Amino acid sequence: MKITLHVWRQESPEAQGRFESYPANDVSPEMSFLELLDVVNEGLIERDIEPIAFEHDCREGICGSCGVVIDGSPHGPHEGTATCQLHMRSFADGDELWIEPWRARAFPIKKDLVVDRSALDRIIDAGGYISVNTGAAPDANAIPIPKDDADDSLDAAECIGCGACVAVCPNASAMLFTSAKVTHLNTLPQGQPERWSRVARMVEQMEAEGFGSCTNHGACQISCPKEISVDVIAWLNRDYLKAQRKVG
Amino acid sequence: MKRIASFYSTTVGKKIAMAATGILLVGYVIGHMLGNLKIFQGPEKLNSYAEFLRQAGAPVLGHGEFLWMARIVLLVAVAIHIVASAQLTLQSRAARPVGYRNTPHEEFSYASRTMRWGGVIIGLFVVYHILHFTSGSVHGDFVHGDPYHNLVVGFQSWPVAVAYIVAVVMLGFHLYHGVWSMTQTFGINDERVDRMRRPVSLILAVVIVIGYVVVPISILAGWIT
Amino acid sequence: MKLDARIPDGPLAEKWERHRFEMKLVNPANKRKHSVIVVGTGLAGGSAAATMGELGYEVDAFFYHDSPRRAHSIAAQGGINAAKNYQHDGDSVFRLFYDTIKGGDFRSREANVYRLAEVSNEIIDQAVAQGVPFAREYGGLLDNRSFGGAQVSRTFYARGQTGQQLLLGVYQALERQVQAGRVRTHSYHEMLDVIVVDGQARGIVTRNLDNGEIRSWTADAVVLGTGGYSNVFYLSTNAMKCNVTAAWRAYRRGAGFANPCFTQIHPTAIPESDEYQSKLTLMSESLRNDGRIWVPSVKGDQRSPDEIPEAERDFFLERMYPAFGNLVPRDLASRRAKEMCDAGHGVGPTGRGVYLDFTEAMERLGRDGIEERYGNLFQIYERITGENPYQAPMRIYPAPHYTMGGLWVDYNLMSTLPGLHVIGEANFSDHGANRLGASALMQGLADGYFVLPLTIGDYIARHEFTDIPDDHPDVRRTEEEVRDRVARLAGLNGSRTVDSIHRELGRLLWEKCGMSRNASGLEEALNRLPELREEFWNNTKVVGSDLGINEGLEKAGRVADFFELGEIMCRDALVREESCGGHLREEHQTPEGEAKRDDERFTHVTIWEYTGPDSEPREHREALSFTEVSPSHRSYK
Ligand SMILES: Cc1cc2nc3c(=O)[nH]c(=O)nc-3n(C[C@H](O)[C@H](O)[C@H](O)COP(=O)(O)OP(=O)(O)OC[C@H]3O[C@@H](n4cnc5c(N)ncnc54)[C@H](O)[C@@H]3O)c2cc1C
Ligand code: HEM
Ligand code: HEM
Ligand code: SF4
Ligand code: F3S
Ligand code: FES
Repeated sequence: MKITLHVWRQESPEAQGRFESYPANDVSPEMSFLELLDVVNEGLIERDIEPIAFEHDCREGICGSCGVVIDGSPHGPHEGTATCQLHMRSFADGDELWIEPWRARAFPIKKDLVVDRSALDRIIDAGGYISVNTGAAPDANAIPIPKDDADDSLDAAECIGCGACVAVCPNASAMLFTSAKVTHLNTLPQGQPERWSRVARMVEQMEAEGFGSCTNHGACQISCPKEISVDVIAWLNRDYLKAQRKVG
Repeated sequence: MKRIASFYSTTVGKKIAMAATGILLVGYVIGHMLGNLKIFQGPEKLNSYAEFLRQAGAPVLGHGEFLWMARIVLLVAVAIHIVASAQLTLQSRAARPVGYRNTPHEEFSYASRTMRWGGVIIGLFVVYHILHFTSGSVHGDFVHGDPYHNLVVGFQSWPVAVAYIVAVVMLGFHLYHGVWSMTQTFGINDERVDRMRRPVSLILAVVIVIGYVVVPISILAGWIT
Repeated sequence: MKLDARIPDGPLAEKWERHRFEMKLVNPANKRKHSVIVVGTGLAGGSAAATMGELGYEVDAFFYHDSPRRAHSIAAQGGINAAKNYQHDGDSVFRLFYDTIKGGDFRSREANVYRLAEVSNEIIDQAVAQGVPFAREYGGLLDNRSFGGAQVSRTFYARGQTGQQLLLGVYQALERQVQAGRVRTHSYHEMLDVIVVDGQARGIVTRNLDNGEIRSWTADAVVLGTGGYSNVFYLSTNAMKCNVTAAWRAYRRGAGFANPCFTQIHPTAIPESDEYQSKLTLMSESLRNDGRIWVPSVKGDQRSPDEIPEAERDFFLERMYPAFGNLVPRDLASRRAKEMCDAGHGVGPTGRGVYLDFTEAMERLGRDGIEERYGNLFQIYERITGENPYQAPMRIYPAPHYTMGGLWVDYNLMSTLPGLHVIGEANFSDHGANRLGASALMQGLADGYFVLPLTIGDYIARHEFTDIPDDHPDVRRTEEEVRDRVARLAGLNGSRTVDSIHRELGRLLWEKCGMSRNASGLEEALNRLPELREEFWNNTKVVGSDLGINEGLEKAGRVADFFELGEIMCRDALVREESCGGHLREEHQTPEGEAKRDDERFTHVTIWEYTGPDSEPREHREALSFTEVSPSHRSYK
């Protein structure tokens, strides 16, 4: 297969970025998208051109490192798929693809396709945990948890923190990410003591990081490689509303 | 007060404020639609209904006082709704200073994409509409206290009728997304409710659009004279 | 090199208890005056950093990812063991201990393994309290499954994402300490050396991967939780960035490296499809419960699998091991598959693959039955290969997966370099010559939550620490050495890419020092490796500056260390003249091709000591003794 990539190149956070075109001639349909970038990079190195910087690690859709916008779609055209799991057989011979980094004020570009997602860590810092010190836990079976609750909690906990929801959202909102964590913890009995302060603090932090508002477009759940449902956003909203009564 | 301020300070708080005022506005739109439909019962019914609105609250309230109170509540709601939407819009713009080269539109519904411009159009329409039917400033042949006459004369001009129809269709889109969005914003998505959210907002939007457009259409068509 | 395992006295079951009592404690008020550097925030490093933060130490945590949540632990699928005996099927601490020792083929330390089994239960309690959503039964209690051939159901799991959920628990605990100001995290910082002052590990040198800044950090003690080195083979199931650099740099500063040749090869990975393949994806071993493994009987048979009649299919595992069939242990399944492919029976585009066929199971259970059991695995397979496993048999091939070898540590998890503690997959671990499924997560968390935070206190309480000024000559010198090395790597200007030479290294080790090896192959590799290393330093190239993000440069440094590691792996494999655990030394097998362990001569750990860049490493041994269990031989015939 022949594919032409137009890749966003940007030296540093301050630098002016631009698209550069790289034709790739023998693309195998078996390759993953990141393997295509590897091959393009090998070619660039051979020609003494700096390779394209992009994030990746596990290459099996679980670490959340990877993620580029392909023709306007974060993680490319397939639902429920991270960039590293996307294979070239999803594209046609002769395709031209425009590759961009996540774009959001809260995710400043570091270089080429690499952005700084530490804002997501800081949202977790604000309350995305259950305060229990090591060794202080009761027996694991001391609190039975209805299977449905455990399953709902796990559905939300599957978030890999990739940031695609922010990237696709027209408002660059981090609501799906934040709501997934709030839902994971607030659905469990262990999460109850900090339930109301958690939601209030995480929402405030999200604000402080400069993400936009959620206006319920629902694009995030389509781009999310873990197919996390926007239902979690409704749950966050409800808890946020209730929290006003619970914490003054 | 501080609590309200901190609640409102976040996007989630603003969004909840929009949804709350949205409910009020939806309620108004439904009531107004029912009122308008009285036109089919003839001039007396409609005009006396208009009069009734001005008498309402009597004898505790004087003539027009209830109406003014309702107008103030509505005005405040509209103000909050618009201010919050403007703030959220600005914040969202700031959150994505550089856009993408192309955005695949299939990921967003038409209704959700047109909330902002749709809202602005509806807002402008309402201003025009009040000048048209309430104050009569832009109405060629306005008779105070005779809305039946005003309507019939007003809609006999087809450009005006078309403008109304367009505005109402816009409103339909706004509500189709808005009502669903409201349930999301209030976190009403228990399993039982969840399945009904889309259909209910669709039905509501369709009913409202039809309920409104029948009036100009009927007048244009000459069914009401 | 002094090797003192510091195993506490007393009966096995009381050692840990007794040790905890005998350890010196640091006064709570003094803890904040003591600083600890933790490198790595996977299950091991992250849990250690969080727990030490809770205890009150000043903790600095370093990792090369952008967030602690990305550590390779996130990828573990299957589950985590614990001796809870919730299923009432006869499990106990002793049984988990015994299974782990036996699984390791009697090449691990009894006392450590027993302690591991003991604290396993607390891990589950801790994780559940943190909100890890483990699978549950309808009654609301925790569910378990039997994993990797265990006779009891002791594995806790969260769908196929156990590692992810446990790591998120660790990450959240860590971020809580960050919020509390007890732990400072340093993302994008790669540790490139250990600072040794007066014989003690007192700090590290890091390179900031964002801007290239090289600087040193000092503390009272250093902890490495930097993971395993399977990527020495180039293709493995590990994440792309997993590497040996941290451990290797420590080795060069005096930490002994134990059993480097003990690596684990997993039988059911998706085979490589072409030369561009960058990593291999693991498929759960549970597939072997219903899939039948076969290859065409005729060499080089190019027909599609459905055209090959039953009579021309060789179900080689069923043929060789009628009693266990397709369920033989990982190492046997892996080795036999590789042998079949080496003999020319392999399938798929590269000839490195065997069929895993569900036709028979599909007839027995129906398509729905298969979908219910393996639906998501089939989906992963289809996504990667583009083939529908309901219609055509899957292709699988063994892949390097885990490294039992690592830095040697004593009972307190301290290496031979005083003050340098090593936890998780980075140490030579409790898994002997082979690791049981679902026990790496257990070990990482046991080390990080429950063992290290206590034993490091003993170390700190027993030593005096003076402040080390930034311009201390040892700090300066180490930092300069790192600068020189980075500059040298950044200046590489040959004609080959780093990846291409890494691939070559990987293939060499896979062939000569993989699951099946022999003296002449190992000697050949030992001759070839210095040549390749030479080629690396003379003929690879790194493009771009060392002052910003430059993955090529990072990779070059890691691959350079893999070359050196490769040499001691082969050396270690060469001196271990027995077949044990996951490895066959071809000279040591029965006429039927079964592994022959040699307890007489090899009941020990081999530890390698660095002696300089141009001299051969020195070999040491830690003898293992078994008091509670007696080494038995396994047989699957
Ligand atoms: C595909 C797969 C599936 C698995 N499934 C299971 C399973 O089901 N059950 C089970 O028990 N085990 C499983 N394992 C094994 C298990 O996941 C690992 O052994 C374990 O998670 C290792 O944890 P760790 O904390 O030691 O290291 P890692 O999680 O690898 O963490 C290493 C950390 O060190 C940092 N680091 C490394 N080097 C440096 C450096 N030089 N400078 C700075 N930071 C550095 C990294 O940033 C990272 O934070 C699986 C492994 C794989 C590959
Ligand atoms: C075709 C459709 C519509 C018709 C026929 C119609 C008709 C009228 C009439 C006759 C009045 C004057 C009533 C009076 O003074 O007693 C009025 C007032 C008003 N209408 Fe409409 N209307 C229509 C659509 C809308 C829509 C879509 C909106 C809002 C979104 C709206 C909002 C208002 C408002 C705010 C007033 C002023 C009420 C007041 O303060 O007195 N109308 N309308
Ligand atoms: C009678 C008039 C109006 C009604 C009935 C109405 C109703 C609603 C409702 C129900 C919502 C959903 C709130 C939520 O998401 O929870 C909404 C959202 C919104 N409205 Fe209105 N609105 C009206 C007029 C306006 C006007 C005049 C504007 C703008 C100038 C406007 C702009 C918006 C915007 C921007 C949103 C947010 C979009 C979103 O939530 O997705 N609306 N409106
Ligand atoms: S919610 Fe989905 S898209 Fe957003 S960070 Fe999590 S996994 Fe990525
Ligand atoms: S796309 Fe954006 S608007 Fe909300 S529902 Fe998703 S965050
Ligand atoms: S590289 Fe880990 S999710 Fe894609």
